[in-house]
Amino acid sequence: MHDKFYRALYRIRRTEEEIAKVYPTDRIKSPIHLSIGQEAVSVGVCAALKPSDIVSGTYRSHAIYLAKGGDMKKMIAELYGKVTGCARGKGGSMHLIDTVAGVMGTSAILGTTIPLAVGYAYALKLAGKDAIVTSFFGDGAVEEGVFHESLNFAALKSVPILFICENNHYAVHSHQLKRQPIRNICERAGAYGMPSEQIDGNDVFKIYERVKRASNEIRHGKRGPRFFECMTYRWMEHVGPNEDFDAGYRSRSEAQPWFEKDPLKTLGASLEPIRRGEIETEVESEIQEAFVFAEDSPFPDDGELYTDVFTEM
Amino acid sequence: MARTLTYAEAIIEATETEMVRDSSVMVLGIGVDDFKGIYGTTTGLVEKFGTDRIVDTPISEDAMTGVAIGAALAGLRPIHVHIRMDFLLLAMNQLVNIAAKSRYMYGGAVCVPIVVRTIIGRSWGQGAQHSQGLHSFFMHVPGLKVVAPSTPYDAKGCLIQSIRDDNPAVFVEHRLIHYQKGHVPEADYVVPFGRARVLSEGSDITLVGISHMAVECLRAKRYLDGEGLSAEVIDPVSLSPLDIDTIVASVEKTGKLLVVDTAWTSCGASAEIMSQVTEHLGNAKTECRRMGFAPVTCPATKNLENRFYPDPQKIATAAYRMVHGNSASPDFNDGCGVSTPITTSPETVEFRGPF
Repeated sequence: MHDKFYRALYRIRRTEEEIAKVYPTDRIKSPIHLSIGQEAVSVGVCAALKPSDIVSGTYRSHAIYLAKGGDMKKMIAELYGKVTGCARGKGGSMHLIDTVAGVMGTSAILGTTIPLAVGYAYALKLAGKDAIVTSFFGDGAVEEGVFHESLNFAALKSVPILFICENNHYAVHSHQLKRQPIRNICERAGAYGMPSEQIDGNDVFKIYERVKRASNEIRHGKRGPRFFECMTYRWMEHVGPNEDFDAGYRSRSEAQPWFEKDPLKTLGASLEPIRRGEIETEVESEIQEAFVFAEDSPFPDDGELYTDVFTEM
Repeated sequence: MARTLTYAEAIIEATETEMVRDSSVMVLGIGVDDFKGIYGTTTGLVEKFGTDRIVDTPISEDAMTGVAIGAALAGLRPIHVHIRMDFLLLAMNQLVNIAAKSRYMYGGAVCVPIVVRTIIGRSWGQGAQHSQGLHSFFMHVPGLKVVAPSTPYDAKGCLIQSIRDDNPAVFVEHRLIHYQKGHVPEADYVVPFGRARVLSEGSDITLVGISHMAVECLRAKRYLDGEGLSAEVIDPVSLSPLDIDTIVASVEKTGKLLVVDTAWTSCGASAEIMSQVTEHLGNAKTECRRMGFAPVTCPATKNLENRFYPDPQKIATAAYRMVHGNSASPDFNDGCGVSTPITTSPETVEFRGPF
């Protein structure tokens, strides 16, 4: 399990670092919202899910997409605006999708994907399938009315869904306590009658263990929903490839404890160095291949402007 | 004798036909399972199909639209019913940002086969927020289909078509035509998107009436008949895609176009139809006009409400003046020239609910 988690965390961290490195060249043609520092949530949750399960995310979903098994080459190509991208270059970083891996399309509008995930889960329940849906969103989305409407309906109909609130403390440049009178988000979920728990969002093992248990319970009769608030921290600026501790709204000293509990660092230190080196070499080569694939792929033809407005019947 | 159903019965028949044929079809909305059954358009469905497929929802238009779309992404074909079109304003984010765009922004990876049934209200003091015709909002956005049938026949055929289509469709109904009767075959059939219907042929002027205004235009035609004017009445049926060719062909024949909408005119369906006709014909000889709601908020009190809406007399007067110039027009309020006088549209007088 240590190997597996380290590989997944390292893979996401390094992919995003490469994205940040390439970004100033303008070859990536889409705004990027990096998950650096928050990877443990996606890794822990997705490791506990089955391939047939569905995940739904936000505009900050590189980590979710990769953790659930989304195709890395297609993701990088999408960022480059290439026709080989997961949305043929028409979506960009904020609209990742991989239906084969169970990654629902992500959205640039806060909170919008939460009811979509609930609706998907409702359909799975009606079809009698044992798959479940996991809806990821941030602490900002819980301020949207649709969050409350969605939890209400999900609880009312006991749909097989896990809500994962990635609380990274900031919505754009505003701290949670500037936006909400009460810190504890899972208490709000509990008010709709679903079990909810706040957990350390940097503890990949704990997230895995809790989600594994909750998803099993949902699958085996005790229908959902379940809610987890995962406490973590956004290291980078809201949008873009850089840090922004000099911008004045937060300080590096506030972030320091989170840097120190970086799961990549702690987990990496626990691995046998040779094994760790093997994992890193393999991942680096995969990342390099993905960027080469994106670089070498063509842009969509002009005619693609008019395709897929509608599904042709 | 031809089989006759009301518009509301045609809606139920289409829904039931499709629910029997395809187990992925479901209905959701506020009050779809209650004793009033959305003006009788969903009555009896919950008894036949159960509460998993006929879902009375919380009062959460935004999330429930998302739920419908999410269910569609998972393979269901939801019909989401809104008893008032005004409520759709609470669902715009999901409809515009997700339903309309998913196919395109995910590069063709998904489709969103939802139908949004939405009803324009009117009469008995419905007032500002129970009366709006907002169909042009949806015509504006690529990725949505918009239909507004005015006859029971087209209601059934368009609804079946909308359910079977893999794209999101906004199905616009009007409160006042739910009790209109008309021929509806028992067998299932589809009325395709993008085909206008010539309701009545004529040679002097083209009247295009949207939704309930198609009915009002037919009444106006009777007035005009009495004055020796021959009006062609067209129901666009499908607003997006729009069958502009049928309208253009009519205007080429008559040289005059009056578009009457059950909505405001500014940036509306009537503006779009006139623009497209002008772009197609591009000559100064064609005269175009449009009518719709007065450019104010809909008042509740009857005397002002009467002035707010186009009616057969106003339509006939406008049409008469377009043909004969702006000089005098007969007073159609006197029933002038009509063998069976229509003092006003019966459904606007008689309707007192249920709401």
